[in-house]
Amino acid sequence: MVANVWKVVVADGETVSDGDTLVILESMKMEIPVIAEDDGVVAIKVAEGDVVQEGDLIAVIE
Amino acid sequence: MFESVLVANRGEIARRIIRTLNEMGIRSIAVHSEADADLPFVREARESVNIGPANPAQSYLDQAQVLAAARATGAQAIHPGYGFFSENAEFARAVMAAGLTWIGPSPEAIVQMGDKINARNLMEAAGVPVAAGTREPVTAIEEASKAAAKIGYPVMVKTAGGGGGIGMGVAHDEAGLAKAFEQASRAAARFGGTPAILLERYIERARHVEVQILGLNDGRVLALGERDCSVQRRHQKVVEESPSPGITPELRERMLAAAARAGAAVEYRGAGTVECLVDADAQDFVFLEMNTRLQVEHPVTELVTGVDLVAAQLRVAAGEDVQIDATPRGHAIEFRVYAEDPKRFLPGPGHITEWSEPSGEGVRVDSGYEAGNTVTPFYDPLMAKLCVYGATRAEAIERGKAAVANFAITGPKHNLPFCAELLDHPEFVSGDYDTGLVSRMRS
Repeated sequence: MVANVWKVVVADGETVSDGDTLVILESMKMEIPVIAEDDGVVAIKVAEGDVVQEGDLIAVIE
Repeated sequence: MFESVLVANRGEIARRIIRTLNEMGIRSIAVHSEADADLPFVREARESVNIGPANPAQSYLDQAQVLAAARATGAQAIHPGYGFFSENAEFARAVMAAGLTWIGPSPEAIVQMGDKINARNLMEAAGVPVAAGTREPVTAIEEASKAAAKIGYPVMVKTAGGGGGIGMGVAHDEAGLAKAFEQASRAAARFGGTPAILLERYIERARHVEVQILGLNDGRVLALGERDCSVQRRHQKVVEESPSPGITPELRERMLAAAARAGAAVEYRGAGTVECLVDADAQDFVFLEMNTRLQVEHPVTELVTGVDLVAAQLRVAAGEDVQIDATPRGHAIEFRVYAEDPKRFLPGPGHITEWSEPSGEGVRVDSGYEAGNTVTPFYDPLMAKLCVYGATRAEAIERGKAAVANFAITGPKHNLPFCAELLDHPEFVSGDYDTGLVSRMRS
């Protein structure tokens, strides 16, 4: 699916918990939240306004 | 009648309006973004103007660009379709200030009905039933919490200025309320609506039934029958039908009369829709909101009444007298063909390699795309509206099954498999269903 990065909710390098919303994508007037699936320090790989495709890297949690 | 009309919209609705303009011999003018240059509506218009990049804010929602295109092409009037500028009073005023005709209700009617809190209070005063709810804008969670306790859970939380189901949520308790309130506030901020929230008593097992109205130049407001829009996902309609299988003739009569009163209360001109929630068990209804524009699902009404609603809008806007015999006959169903997966309903834009529409007796397709086009993520996911008509509901359902099976789309994800599933679902087939049907099918 093609989507636009509407909002980056957390800052790069921030510590996040399982379940936190990291980024909100938007496609066809629908918001699609990207949720953390683990605890850790997040590296955000996209910027607001970017266009992402299926398989693109959005964030890494370490 | 106008010599020329500019259509400030895109996709299937622009194409549908252009069809009537062309049939009436009116010079049709399309405006389009760079992303939409290849779509059928651009080609089928007598003239077209590229008004900017794919991002709607820089094209379809850029007032200066749209008005400049109207000037450049010598357009006499602007039809806004639905969405975009259709319920934007400021744009309607700008159109009139530019010496053009706005094909829609007065900016005053748009403002009065656009604020859902104001609309609710106005309708209550006009004797139209409303659900228990807030009469003043709610801006803080503490107020919302107090109001919800007074109204009684479950409550529906929505933005006073919003539309299209965006930001709406049901809260069953205090925790749910906090979440729904946050979501509605975010939606209000994002879509530039009034930062005010409205709470209403939520009716479980409700049907969503709306009445098509048409305000004439002599001040009369006609009610052209109802549409049942209870097949919804994420508070957005997927399938609509007319007549509603869930209301008695007695309730229909009361609803149509109330809708005409609602229109008269704001001196409504042109096509509009009064949306209601129906408690099917109690056979009672409350006012939900009024949409001051042509509705997506207007073909359902056109099929059962034989009225071309776009032509009626044009005649009213041009100051003509409109004579309509709108006695509904038969049964019509519309399926919104969305570019989304049929299981979770997530968006699935893409390039269309195959597009083959069904045809035949009682089948109408209003589509925005054809093979070779690309469905982009910039706009809403509606690709086409598949409409079927039959002498009875059973016949319409049978025609619907055949038409869905004969609609071939390859490329983007699409929800035709969902439509097929619905047409076999006992609850839908029985006619005794409510707005919870789709969630039950997916739980």
